[in-house]
Amino acid sequence: MDISLEVNGTNHKLSVDPGVTLLDALRERLDITGPKKGCDRGQCGACTVHVGGRPVLSCLTLAATVKQPVTTVEGLSDGENLHPVQRAFADQDALQCGFCTPGQVMSAVAAVEQGVENVREFMSGNICRCSAYPNIVAAVEQARQADATV
Amino acid sequence: MRPFELTAPATVEAAVTSPGTFLAGGTTLVDLMKLNVLTPHEVLDINALPLRGIDTSDGLRFGALERMGDIAAHPGVYPMISRALRLSASQQLRNMASIGGNLLQRTRCSYFRDVAMPCNKRQPGSGCPAITGTNRMHAILGTSDACVATHASDVAVALVALDAEVRLASESGSRTVKLADFYRLPGDTPDVENELRPGELITEVVVPRLDWAARSTYVKVRDRQSYEFALTSAAVALDIQDSHIADARVAVGGVATVPWRLPAVEEALRGAPATQESFERAASVAADGARPLSGNAFKVSLLQRTIVRALLELTDGSLR
Repeated sequence: MDISLEVNGTNHKLSVDPGVTLLDALRERLDITGPKKGCDRGQCGACTVHVGGRPVLSCLTLAATVKQPVTTVEGLSDGENLHPVQRAFADQDALQCGFCTPGQVMSAVAAVEQGVENVREFMSGNICRCSAYPNIVAAVEQARQADATV
Repeated sequence: MRPFELTAPATVEAAVTSPGTFLAGGTTLVDLMKLNVLTPHEVLDINALPLRGIDTSDGLRFGALERMGDIAAHPGVYPMISRALRLSASQQLRNMASIGGNLLQRTRCSYFRDVAMPCNKRQPGSGCPAITGTNRMHAILGTSDACVATHASDVAVALVALDAEVRLASESGSRTVKLADFYRLPGDTPDVENELRPGELITEVVVPRLDWAARSTYVKVRDRQSYEFALTSAAVALDIQDSHIADARVAVGGVATVPWRLPAVEEALRGAPATQESFERAASVAADGARPLSGNAFKVSLLQRTIVRALLELTDGSLR
């Protein structure tokens, strides 16, 4: 079926099978490979993107059902200028292998935007197999403080 | 995933007169379709239907497509509902999953999800390996020799405690069913989990007004602190007058094949002083009739303690 996806401000026309997930459409059809296929079962959070400004799991979202703009980790920075959350992840060394990081960053952006009180609870849908959790929490805290000073 | 047709009806009438499986948030359906546990030929994307809105003016009314996260964040929602929602799944899943879909999530266990294993729910008559197998997470109440899977919804436990109803639409009109009557015990037909008829759609969730539910909470005990199913949970509300319990609501999760109201515990609380001793006495009957399995007998005492803890949270600081 013919669909149209707005990703990081660009419109794309695609012809997809109804069963194609947003994750596969992004990675395999649009070469937007920031969102990662971790479990592909909605359990690990590596595929987290924003749809309509809210974090969702692109592996459990059918591409043909997406009507709102999609933002992936590629859409956060302004050229070479990193988003404050990306800067905070780099500053705090909030990763080891980096596979989960695009999903972590997308959830962290929402955590900062929503001013969540319990960062660990909010981020629990993003699994880090390298267990970089203390530094991820520190990165969210840094980004939150940067956000508060803007 | 098996091939299927996807259409998006624009009206409730079109949705309930079209053959197919309804897709809202997709967090259960797409997952189970990927596993080939569910293999619908036609899928109806119902997200364009006008089933939205959170109305707190007289009791609560939720459009069936409202997302879990939006209801949890609404300031007019009874605490046991918002807490049950906040302790469910992950923030990404709460952004996706609808309240109607949450109530219709499959009663399930790991054997149901594994198409290489027998399962009476997935393939009626094939057997239940959980009863003699790994059953630490399974139910102790409402079970049968055919199925011991738990109903995993947290918010359904709170809604059953609050006498909530679901409005259902079908080709022949609409009807309202109490949520407590909506769910079916597994019995000999664990593949049939509720009263929903073919083509019927949940359009609205209605919670009758209960002012004293302002004093309510939801306690969830899990193997890890977040993003995990309940081992045991309790939704409780207390109406306390002059240090005595005038009325109470108690329902529990993680332990039963359906969201489990406990009228005997409520009755034991009524008229009693609001003390830990009363709570413990009332909770002692919570697991009456339970049928523990080899791996989950711990749920009997854990359930009782979960209820006591939830009741204590409601009275902490206000007694003596």
